[in-house]
Amino acid sequence: MTALLETKNLSVAFDTPGGPVHAVQDVNLRIDSGTNTGLVGESGCGKSTLGRAILRLLPENARISGSVLFNGTDLSTLSPKAMRDLRGRNIAMIFQDPMTRLNPLMRIRDHFIETIQAHDPRVEPEVAVERALKVLADVRVPSDRMRMYPHELSGGMRQRIMIALCLLFKPALLVADEPTTALDVILEAQILELLQSIMHEYEMAVLLITHNLGLVAEFADRVAVMYAGRIAEEGATVPLFREPRHPYTVGLLRSVIDLDTTKLYSVPGSPPSLLGESVGCPFYPRCEKRMDVCKTVFPEVRPVGEDRRMVECHLY
Amino acid sequence: MSRWVARGRTSVVGRLIGSFLSQSRTAAGIVVWIGISIVLGIIIVAIFAPFLAPFDPNTKVGAVEAPPGGPFLMGTDRSGQDVFSRILYGARIPLSIVAVATTLSLIIGLPLGLLSGYAGGRLDRALVLVMDSIYAFPGLLLAIAVAAIIGRGILNISFAIAVVYVPTYFRVIRNHVSSVKQEPYVEAAIALGMPSWRVIGRYVLPNVAQSIPVIFSVNAADSVLTEAGLTFLGLGLPPGIPDWGFDISLSWQRFEASWWATFYPGLFILILTTALTFIGEGLNDILNPLLRKSQKAAVEA
Repeated sequence: MTALLETKNLSVAFDTPGGPVHAVQDVNLRIDSGTNTGLVGESGCGKSTLGRAILRLLPENARISGSVLFNGTDLSTLSPKAMRDLRGRNIAMIFQDPMTRLNPLMRIRDHFIETIQAHDPRVEPEVAVERALKVLADVRVPSDRMRMYPHELSGGMRQRIMIALCLLFKPALLVADEPTTALDVILEAQILELLQSIMHEYEMAVLLITHNLGLVAEFADRVAVMYAGRIAEEGATVPLFREPRHPYTVGLLRSVIDLDTTKLYSVPGSPPSLLGESVGCPFYPRCEKRMDVCKTVFPEVRPVGEDRRMVECHLY
Repeated sequence: MSRWVARGRTSVVGRLIGSFLSQSRTAAGIVVWIGISIVLGIIIVAIFAPFLAPFDPNTKVGAVEAPPGGPFLMGTDRSGQDVFSRILYGARIPLSIVAVATTLSLIIGLPLGLLSGYAGGRLDRALVLVMDSIYAFPGLLLAIAVAAIIGRGILNISFAIAVVYVPTYFRVIRNHVSSVKQEPYVEAAIALGMPSWRVIGRYVLPNVAQSIPVIFSVNAADSVLTEAGLTFLGLGLPPGIPDWGFDISLSWQRFEASWWATFYPGLFILILTTALTFIGEGLNDILNPLLRKSQKAAVEA
């Protein structure tokens, strides 16, 4: 397997009046072609920021350091024009809130025409529509939706259309930022099933950003657990769920509710503020296995066990 | 299948006209229609003034300061010229200046507002500073200053007035754009690889366009007054051309002896301004329904 996307010490800090907020810190993540990586963590841990940092969709006050390699090319060396062309063509992204992701004043058809012409300005609208209809069939949307406006469609239908827009150029990577959070469980299952079948059909890798561990267990080949802007643990899905190493992963998996749950578990405490500099392990105050060293020294990433498991913890 | 392919893209103008027509029978729509009819009436009068005017506007055709009545519908002024004929001809100057000036300020203000709001950062701060300084100046005073620098003539006055109204477009469009820029569909468009000009043209502009006709007509109403002010002060035109503001300046000192020579040009300035305000206010109600709803809620609360 070749690495399709690799982040090397990727950090994102937001300049705010109160000082820099370190939303993502020293993230090393590798996504292989055609695989599905789950990125999990609680709200505010930086998972969406990481997804946007890959596509450089961050606001002006964001400072990015480290590098993102896509097929071996450092994306930060690309010109704005090359980066723009890469978006949607090589790496695409779908979002949490499909209801508001389509221009309310544009017919669905025009969204497809605009997207295709953004990359190939000389394509005739009629040809663009032909191409769109093929993709639309793949996401199982009836072709008469093309003449509708976004408000005429349901959330699930709009997310399918967002996916179809992403698929127009057969990107190698799809960043899916909580694609089903706004949808009900039945639609959630349908959209995930759709993503799975499309992945194979289009030979596309997916980075699935979610806080839903069940989704990841079912869907992802590998999982990265994010905490306070860092990857606490990363590994193949099944071993990681069977035998979590990082105390945070352990706590996270314990807080999953199943039918046998009699008492809800939650990781005690709340995530640390990402404002300003910090020392030691960010999980220290909430950790059940904390040691003195954790308070002052930041743990290094270490390989633990097999299947390229990486854990950022002093226990190993 | 090509049924919906054949139809062109929905244009911004088409959509705005469509949403006006769909509500043209509401109270706001009727107000707009009244405004449009009056403005159209004045335009027709201006165009056909040579056929409609009973006398030559620049010749002495009767007794000096003859009261309204007889051959002189609105009397004559202190030079013995027919007030009615001068008013018909006098519509030409305000109409053309207002049309040129508001269009010119739209052509300058709209792109600057789009650019400033979308780009943000230093460019935005610099442009906002410049525009706010212009806006802080009293409009007539600024127009006088510009007119004094660039000299007389219809085009020059139009330009002087355009300078005054560029900031109103800029401010409204720029603020609207910087909020629309935050919309999720704009981010989604960028994530799909849209170039900035396409994002601005297809995603941002259509979503701020409903402000444009409103500012246009409100500015037009206001610039009628500015134009009248300039010509009243004698700053705009070469002498001899009939113009409402200029005619007032010729006769106001004789108001007690011949009120009609001042009153009728003033009345027409008022009618044109009111008609344009009707269009602006009515369109505002129709094209910005959210504003209307929030006002309604405020009244009911």
